[in-house]
Parts: sequence; structure tokens; C-alpha cells
Amino acid sequence: MRIPLSIAISLAALMSSAPVQASGERAISIATEGASPPWDGTDANGELYGYDVDVGRELCNRMKLKCSFVAQDWDGIIPALLVGKYDVIMSGMAITEKRKQQIAFSIPYAAGFNQFVVRKELGLDAGDTKQKVNLSTIGDKEKAAIERVRSTLSGKAIGVLRSSNSEAVVKALLGDVVTIRSYDSLDNLKLDLGAGRVDGGLADYFTWRDFLETPAGSIAVFLGPELNGGLWGPGVGAGMRKDDAELLAKFNTAIDAATKDGTIKALSLKWFKTDISPGQPK
Amino acid sequence: MSGFASQFVVAFMVTVGLALVAGSLGTAFGLFLAISKGGAAPRFMSVVTAYTTVVRGVPELLIILLIYFGGTTLASKVAGRYVEVNAFTAGVIALSVVFSGYATEVFRGAIAAVPAGQTEAAKSLGLNAWQRWMFIIGPQMLRLALPAYGNLWISLFKDTALVSIVGLTDIMRVAYVGAGSMRAPLSFYLAASALYLSLTTVTLLSIRLAERRYPAFGR
Amino acid sequence: MNFGLMLDAIVVLPSGIGLTLTLTVLSLMAGFLLSVPLAFIRAFARPGLSLAVLAYTYVFRGTPMLVQLFLLYYGLGQIEAVRASVFWMILRDPFWCALLTFSLNSAAHTTEILCRGLQSVPKGLIEAAAALGLKRLQIARLVTFPIAFRISLPAYGNEVVGMIKGSSLASTVTLLEITGMARQMVSATFAPYEIFIVAGAIYLALTSIAVKATQFLERRLSTDRNPAPRRRARFRPALPHQEITPPVP
Repeated sequence: MRIPLSIAISLAALMSSAPVQASGERAISIATEGASPPWDGTDANGELYGYDVDVGRELCNRMKLKCSFVAQDWDGIIPALLVGKYDVIMSGMAITEKRKQQIAFSIPYAAGFNQFVVRKELGLDAGDTKQKVNLSTIGDKEKAAIERVRSTLSGKAIGVLRSSNSEAVVKALLGDVVTIRSYDSLDNLKLDLGAGRVDGGLADYFTWRDFLETPAGSIAVFLGPELNGGLWGPGVGAGMRKDDAELLAKFNTAIDAATKDGTIKALSLKWFKTDISPGQPK
Repeated sequence: MSGFASQFVVAFMVTVGLALVAGSLGTAFGLFLAISKGGAAPRFMSVVTAYTTVVRGVPELLIILLIYFGGTTLASKVAGRYVEVNAFTAGVIALSVVFSGYATEVFRGAIAAVPAGQTEAAKSLGLNAWQRWMFIIGPQMLRLALPAYGNLWISLFKDTALVSIVGLTDIMRVAYVGAGSMRAPLSFYLAASALYLSLTTVTLLSIRLAERRYPAFGR
Repeated sequence: MNFGLMLDAIVVLPSGIGLTLTLTVLSLMAGFLLSVPLAFIRAFARPGLSLAVLAYTYVFRGTPMLVQLFLLYYGLGQIEAVRASVFWMILRDPFWCALLTFSLNSAAHTTEILCRGLQSVPKGLIEAAAALGLKRLQIARLVTFPIAFRISLPAYGNEVVGMIKGSSLASTVTLLEITGMARQMVSATFAPYEIFIVAGAIYLALTSIAVKATQFLERRLSTDRNPAPRRRARFRPALPHQEITPPVP
């Protein structure tokens, strides 16, 4: 009977997982969702990987901090930061006004954008999928593009990640013409897209691009313009508690340096195959 | 899949550990409440009744979410410094709270089912209160409670799956992550079902064995 | 603690009660209808049939309902043959998926509850009914089942409460019942504590009503020697009351 011993060991390990504060050097833990590759994913060994994780490690090296990554479901990621389960969120999280009321953000470490996908078999008119629409500065051309998406998707079921900006955008732009289905994770949304329970979804472009390249994702195509701005804010940043100003300053310095010397660009090319490093912060 | 196999092994240990710790704590607390409910002041009794009513009337999922998110805030306030309530601790607390709520009622029912004559006979033999509980009422009560108590353990093993929602890497969590990232929900959830079924089967067999070994008197 | 937020939650969350109740009531009804024949098979049929029913109840009672729900929802959706079949009409919709899982789960529990009730009906009663010339179906309908149901009522009450609470799992497959609404609100306000407390209170109210209803039904169907007082008031005794004509010593 060897079980009790191993249980005791795993219990001891679990119980003592509280962050240890060594004198002088602070150990921080960083939360990521781990279900939205290439931003962040979980591999077959349960290890977290992706752009968020690599950038986080790089920043920690620069700041000379001991960092560990933890996985946390998206809809609890801000509440759990606020109660102190971890110190930083790096999970492809866009810097928005609403989130800023609760937490502080670093300067952006990526500038992502978003797009709709739909099931191929619906045979919908995809429109111009290369057009770029910034929701903060909408002109006539952008209005027409949005109107086209509205009429194309009218009556369809659209899946989004619960508590994401995409959810808020779909609610605002299409809430009156589509059925919105909110998922715990993008992985589950992809499963349902494959099964045909939803007709389409709105999420980060790169997450979709990786998915569409897999056999499971071959059933879907992009639809409508590339979307950013508006509710998505100026880009993707690291989230911290507001009273953690010292850590925030360190992150900003490190991100600034990593952007200037091209490290962020290199990591962006590694994971997204394109440069989405942020413009120089104003 | 091979990476996930070793993950399932670890997750299995976590689930078993979680259930064993929560079940033991819940049993101890439930016994304490049931025994004190018997001879305590009416005010204390109504507090215990309120406790068991609330615990049994609110979904386990909500209790776990409340303790995970609220527990840290509360514990930190009480202690005056930051106290971490991680997913495992939150799970243990939540599940023992749920378990104790049901166990109190099971034990209370069993205590009431021990014939009053037993207590009277023990009293007339000159046994004190402690001895009466240890040697007369306790053993009989436990035997009467055994079938219902066994069901509580089966429910407990199933309820551990809910702790995955706050991020504890138990069987359910590994299946959930694997189903999503490998896009193979059928095989992952079937594997999880098999693991849970093996746990409940072992529980059931142990209870049956105990029932046969220690049958309730007069049955 | 933010009381304004709690007030918001008190206004918003009740809109999820409808779906919670629909899921609970429909799955309890479907589960009950399915479990009555299964319970008879499990209690009285040949060992082979009885074991088949046991296998079903065993698997459904031995695994977490969350796993069953995900297996049915995400797992079956993966199989091409299922998606091509007529069942996809039902399985495509998260509501029907949740309802199907809950019904099958409830049927498994109820079967075992009723089976235990059926087995504890005294043999003599059934023999007496047979001696009166009742056919087997009549005995089952008029004698065995009503008594078994009365015996099973307390356990069935627990099943009703369990189902109300279990319906909260529907929130994990995108349905917006009480817990789903609560999680939606938490994601917009980042205030889990206040909102989950209100959600818990709503569930507590629902389960308390269910407990009270079961207790009422138990008293109503009671076969105890001391009937409830209202029964005495309901009909006038045709014969003089006992107090008026004391028995001859």
C-alpha cells in the first residue's frame, strides 16, 4: 500500500505552494489562461507555453525576478488577481478602460487584432478580410464594412469567450441580430464550431489563424475586416494590482527595453510569424 | 496522449487526497455537531440546523467558488497579513463543509435510532457520559449510519470534480484541458469517467465490506 | 462588501430562475417516467434484465454529472456519425444536451430509490392482493407502487433538491440559468463574492421550497395511525363519535 505516502507528498507539495518571499529578491507568479495558443497554451505535459509565457520569462530575466506561471480560467482571471492569488496577468489581455477601473496595466507588449470566423459550409460572403477597421476611428468605409458583417451574420449563433472584449464587441455591434454564446475557454468554442453548434465566433486573429491551419479548423474561414481599437483599447498589456506600483514600473522599464532592442519583435515573429510588437509608447 | 497519461496519474492522487482529507475533516466536524446537537441548548441547536440547511441547500459549485474567491480575502483580514487559500485548500474546506452538513444529519438520525433503553441500561450500570458514548451508543450509531455514510463518500468523490473549476489539477481538470488542447473530448472524458467509476467502486466495496463485517444490531 | 452590487444581483439574477426551474422540473419528470418501469425491472425481473438496469444506474451514479455532461456535449459532438444522425437535432442544442444528461442522471438515481421502496413493500400485502383476484398489473398499479412511492418519498425529496443544485452545471455549457447569469455578472463586475452570495440565497430559497413541499406530501400520504387534524374536519363521521358512546367496559 504505497498510496498514503504519495498522497502525503502531494498534499505537502500542494499545501506549501503559497508564494515564498525571500528577503531582497521577490518571487512573483504570473497567471495565463493556457487555452488560447499561440498567445498561451497547455502542452501534453501540462506545461504552459506561448508568446505570453516567453515574453513573461524574458521580462523576468531583465527584472531579475523569480517568476512562475500558473493557469487560470479566463472568467476568474481578474477577480483572482485582485484577491492576490498571483501578482501579474499575462494572457493576451487587451488594455481597456473597464479593466483599468479594477487593475493597472503595463505599457503594451503586443498589438493584436481580432476577426470573425464562420463555418465554411454556410457559404457566407466573407467580404474584404484584409481591410483594417479601427473601432475608435470609424469613418464611412468602416461603417459600411460593419454593416455588411451585420447583415451577413444576422440570425446566426456567434460564440465568444466569456468575459472577453470580443463578447462586449459582439454585444454592442451585433447584439440585436445574432445569438451570443459565451464559452469558458476558446478551446471549447473551437470544439463547438467544429461540431456545428455555433455558426461562427469572434476572437483574436492569431488564435483563429493557428486553428484554421489544423485539420479540425479547416471547416471555418475568416469573415469581415480585421478589427481593433474601440473596446479592445491600445493593445495587450500585463495586468497588476493597482497598489503594486513598484512592480508596474519595473515591468514598464523592461517592456520598453525589450521593445527597443527587438526582443519583443523576435518573439512575435517566433509565435505569430508576423511583427505585432507595439509601436513606441507615447 | 502519453504526457497526459502521467498527468492523469498525478491528478488521480490529487483527487484521492482531496477526498480523503475533506471526508475525514467533514466526518469529524459532522460527528461533533451531531453529538452536541443531541444535548445542547436550543439556541445552539438552531444554529446547527441553520448550518446544515444552508450547506445542503446551496449548490456545491457556488460554495467552492465562494470559498476560493472569498476565502483569501477573509483569511487575510482575520490574520492581518496576506494568507493564500489555494485551489486545493479551498477545495478541502468547501468539500468538508458540504460533507459535514450531510454527515451531521446522517449521524443525528442514527443516534436517534439507537433505542433509548440502551442509554438507560448503561446509566444503570454506572457508566459515565464519556463511557456511554464510547462503548454503547457510538458503536451502535456508527453501524446504523454506515449505509447512508457510505453514500456520502460516493457523492464526495464525485463532487471533487467541481474543484477543477477553480483550477485544481484533478482528474476533471486534466480531462478538460486535454479535451480542449488535443481536440479529443470523447476519449478524455471517457478516461475521466473510468477513473471516477473506479474510485466510486472501491468506495462502494469498502462500505459493503464494512457493513458485512459490522452489521447493525438486530438486523 | 458592496451592497449596491448585491442589489443589482438581486434584480438581475432572478431572470435565470425560469431556466433553472425548467431544467429541473423537466428532467425530474422525464427521469421519473423512465425510472418507474426500470425500478420494476430492477426489483422483480430476471437477473439478466435486472443486472442490465443495474449497469446503467451504476455508471450514472458512479461518475460526476459534470463529466457526463461534457461527455454528452463535447464528446458525442465529435463523432461524425452522431452529427449525421437524427439525434443531432437534439444534441446540437445545449439546452437539450443538459436536459438529456440531467434526465438520465435523475432516472438512474430515482430507479434505485424506487427499487429500494418496491423491495420493502411487505410480501404479505402483495399475496393478499393476489388472493383478492387482482391481476399483476393491477397489483403493481394499486398496491405495490403507491406503497413503494410513499416509502421512497424522503429519499426522492433529496433527489429533487439534488437536481435543483445540479442544474447549476448547465452554466458550463453556455446556458444562462442562475449560475450562468451569476458568472456573466461576475465577468462584467469582477466582484465574485457579492454576486455568488445572492445566487446562493436564491438556490437556498428554491431548495427550501422543495424540502417543504416534500414534507407536506409526506404528511399528506402518511399512513400513520395519528392522521393529521384536518382529515378529521373534512368529513362528518356517519357513526356517532367515539367520545359520545364509550366502549362497554
